[in-house]
Amino acid sequence: MPSKGINPATPAPFAGLKGFDWRNYIVYIAFIGVLIYFSVTLYSDGFLTTGNLLNIVRQTATISLMGLAMTFVISTGEIDLSVGSIAALSSLTGALAVSHGFGVIGGLVAGLGTGVLVGLVNGMLVTKAAIPSFLVTLGTMGAVKGVAMWVTDTAPVPIVSDTFNFIFGAGDIGPIPVLLIWTLVFTIIAHVILRKTSFGRQTLATGGNETAARFSGVKTMRIKLLVFLGTGLMAGLAGLLYAGRMNAGRFSFGEGDELSVIAAVILGGTSLFGGVGTIIGTVVGAIMIGTINNGLIIMGLDVSQQMMIKGLIIILAVMFGKKAIKK
Amino acid sequence: MDQPVLEMTSISKAFNGITVLDDVSFSVNKGEVHALMGGNGAGKSTLMKILTGVYSADKGEIRIEGKPVAIHSYEDARANNISMIFQEFSLIPTLTVAQNIFLTRETKTAMRLLDDRDNKIRTAKLLNDLGVDIKPDDVVQSLGVGYWQMTEIAKALSQEAQVLIMDEPTSSLTKTETEVLFSFIEKLKAKGYAIIYISHRMDEIFKICDRITILRDGRKITTEVIKETNLETVIQHIVGKSFNKAFEWVERDYAKEAAPVLELVGVSSGERVRDVSLSIRPGEIVGIAGLMGSGRTELLRTIFGIDPMDGGEIRIGGKRRVIRSATDAIDAGIALIPEDRRVQGLVLQHSVRDNMILPVIRKMKKGLWLDDRKANDVSKRMVERLKIKTDSIFKTSNLLSGGNQQKIVLAKWLANDPEVLLLDEPTIGVDIGAKTEIIDIVREMAESGKAVLVVSSELPELLALSDRVLIMHEGRLIKELQRQDIHTEEELQYAIQGY
Repeated sequence: MPSKGINPATPAPFAGLKGFDWRNYIVYIAFIGVLIYFSVTLYSDGFLTTGNLLNIVRQTATISLMGLAMTFVISTGEIDLSVGSIAALSSLTGALAVSHGFGVIGGLVAGLGTGVLVGLVNGMLVTKAAIPSFLVTLGTMGAVKGVAMWVTDTAPVPIVSDTFNFIFGAGDIGPIPVLLIWTLVFTIIAHVILRKTSFGRQTLATGGNETAARFSGVKTMRIKLLVFLGTGLMAGLAGLLYAGRMNAGRFSFGEGDELSVIAAVILGGTSLFGGVGTIIGTVVGAIMIGTINNGLIIMGLDVSQQMMIKGLIIILAVMFGKKAIKK
Repeated sequence: MDQPVLEMTSISKAFNGITVLDDVSFSVNKGEVHALMGGNGAGKSTLMKILTGVYSADKGEIRIEGKPVAIHSYEDARANNISMIFQEFSLIPTLTVAQNIFLTRETKTAMRLLDDRDNKIRTAKLLNDLGVDIKPDDVVQSLGVGYWQMTEIAKALSQEAQVLIMDEPTSSLTKTETEVLFSFIEKLKAKGYAIIYISHRMDEIFKICDRITILRDGRKITTEVIKETNLETVIQHIVGKSFNKAFEWVERDYAKEAAPVLELVGVSSGERVRDVSLSIRPGEIVGIAGLMGSGRTELLRTIFGIDPMDGGEIRIGGKRRVIRSATDAIDAGIALIPEDRRVQGLVLQHSVRDNMILPVIRKMKKGLWLDDRKANDVSKRMVERLKIKTDSIFKTSNLLSGGNQQKIVLAKWLANDPEVLLLDEPTIGVDIGAKTEIIDIVREMAESGKAVLVVSSELPELLALSDRVLIMHEGRLIKELQRQDIHTEEELQYAIQGY
C-alpha cells in the first residue's frame, strides 16, 4: 500500500537533494570506519601492510563470490541457505575428479556441475513445488552436507595438481593473488548483469512486487529458477577455491558460510524483502566482515570474542542502515 | 468521434447456475468517458472481468473497432488494446518510473544490454505528452497514490492501449489529487482514448463522464447521455423497486434518555477523520453511511486504537479513556469486527473453538494450563446461540462458509462481553440467509444494552439495522438522520452523495 508516501501533491521536487540518505551508504561508512580504526590501533602490528591486506582479500574471496549470487536470490525476495554445504561437496567432487585423472578441466566441470545440480533442485522445489525457499534450502543444506560427509566417509581428498592449486587459490600473478582476480572479474560481471541486463531488472521487479511483475510480462518462476542456479554455480566455484587454497577437498569447508554470505549481502544494502539489490555493496560488506575478522585476530582476541564482536557490529550496522529493511 | 471502439453485445454469465449477467450490451466510443454504475452485486465487476479475460462469457460477443475478438486472458485483453488501471497492482514500488513503464520492453544496446538512457528519454517524452509532472528517475514508492495511477496509465498507453478501465480511481485520492486526475482524464479524452469509469460518486460522474450505463441484478437498465439525465433518475435506476423483505426495519425500543455508553468529542485522525463527535446510548444501533474513502473505516479504526488519534476525546460510560492500541480499546470494553475477516478477524488455520476463546484466553486458565472443559463449554454455547453450522468446535475455521466465519468473529467478541461494538461491513461476502441471521444477532446484542456502531456500503442492510444513520463525507459527519425519517433507499443515496 503506497499510502505512506511523500505528500502526493509535490512529487519529490527536491529528489536530488532529499534523495541523498547517508543510511543508503552505511556499509561504506562503516567499512571506512573499521579500516581507519584498525590502521591506527594495529599499525605497528602490520595491519596496513600490502601482505595483510591481500590476505584479507584471499580470505574473503569465497564469501564475496557466493555473496554476488546471493544478492540476486535475496533481491527476488528468496533466500538460499545451502551455499556452504554446496561449497563443501563441490570441493570434494572437484578434488575427486582431479585425483582420478580428469585434470583441471575435469575438476572444474565436476565442482561447478555439483553446484548447478543442487541449485537446480533448489530452484525446482521453490518454483514448481511452491515450497518456501527457506525450507527448501534448509533441507538441502543438511542433505548436501550429508552427501559431502558420505562420499569419502569424511576423509579429505588431497589435490596434487599444482596447476589446479595455482588457478583456484594459492597462486599469485606478479604481486596479485589469483583470488583477487576471480573476485574482481565476477564482481564486474555480476554488477553488469544486475544493473544492465533485462534479467537483472526482472530480478529486482520480481522481488519488488511479484504480482505486478507477472502482470508486466516477467516470467517470475523462470527468474527464480535462474537465481538458484546462480547461487549453486557460485557456491560450486567457492568450493573449488577452498580446495585450491587448501590443496584438498574436505567436507568441513564452507561451514557456516551461508550466514556470513547473507550478512554480507544485507550489510551491503540489499533488502531482505526483495526489490532492492547492490553488488558493490555486497562485496564491500564481505570485505568488511573479513577485515573485522582479520583485525580482531591481530588484536589477539580468541574465537569466542571475535564472534561476539562480529555479531554486534553486524547488528549495529543493519540497525543504523537501510530503512528499506523495514519496508 | 462517435464510432464505438469497443462493443460488448448480449453478454451473459452464470456461476453454478446463478445468473450474474443477463444479456448485457455495452459500448464505448473513442474520446468518451463512459460511466458504469450499479449497486453491490449488480454485475459491474463481472462484466469488466469478462472484458479483461478473467472470466469467459457464456454468451455474447466482444468487438474491437468492429472486429470480433476472443479474450481469454489478461494478455489477450492487452493484445486488443484494453487495459485495466489497477490501484496499485501493476507497479514495482522499488523501481523508477521509467524502469516500470518499460519493464520487459526496454530498449537494448548493440550488446543486448539495457539502454536506460533511451528508456528515460522515451519516458520523459511520454510523460510530457500526457502532461504528467513526474520525473522518469523518481522511484515509484516515493510518489503519492495519485501519481501511481498516472504512471500506470502512462504504462498502459505506452503499450498502445485504446480502452482504459478505471475502477473507483479516486477512492484513495485527496481532493487535489482528484482534480489533477480529472484534468488528466480530460487530456486523454481529447487524444481519443476511450475510458470506462466505474464509481459510486455521482458528482464525479456528472462532472467528467459523457454517457452512463446502469446495471442492476445482472441486467442492463439503461444507457443515457449524462447531459440529458439527472441525479434523481440515476439513483432511481440504481436502486430499482426491489426492496428485500428480509431486510425490513422494525422499530426498536431502547432508553432514548439514558446516558450514552460511547461518546466521541472532536475526534480526528490524519486526513480521513476530522473533528467527529457522536454519542450512542445503551441498546442503540447507529449506522454510518458514506462513499468509499469517506473515512468510515478509518473512524472505526481510530476508536479501536489502530489509527493514531490526533485530537479529541473518547468517553466510555461518561469516563474519558485514552486509547492508544487495540489492547487499550479491549480493556475499555470496545470490540471491532473488521471488514476483512479472513485477514483481520480469524486465524483461519485454527479451530472454531480456538478462534472463539482467543480474546478471553486469560479468563480460561486453570493454574498455568488452559481450562479445556471451560473453553469447550463456552464455544459450544456460542455455536448454539449463533446457529453456526459446523460439525464440531474443533473444525478448522477455513472449512466453514463465509457467513459462518463471520459468526465466529462475532462470537469471539461476544465471549468478551464488550460495552461498545464496532462493525465494519458485517455481511460483506456472505449469502442472503446468513445476512439476515447476522442482522438478527447484532440486534440481539443491542437489546442487551450494548452500544453498536455499524459501517456498511449496503444501504438496505444499513436501513434494516440502524436506529439512526450518520452520513460521513470527506472525514466529517455532515448529517444525522433518524431512521423513521428515511422513507426510501433513494433518500439515503442522496444524503451520501453530499446533497
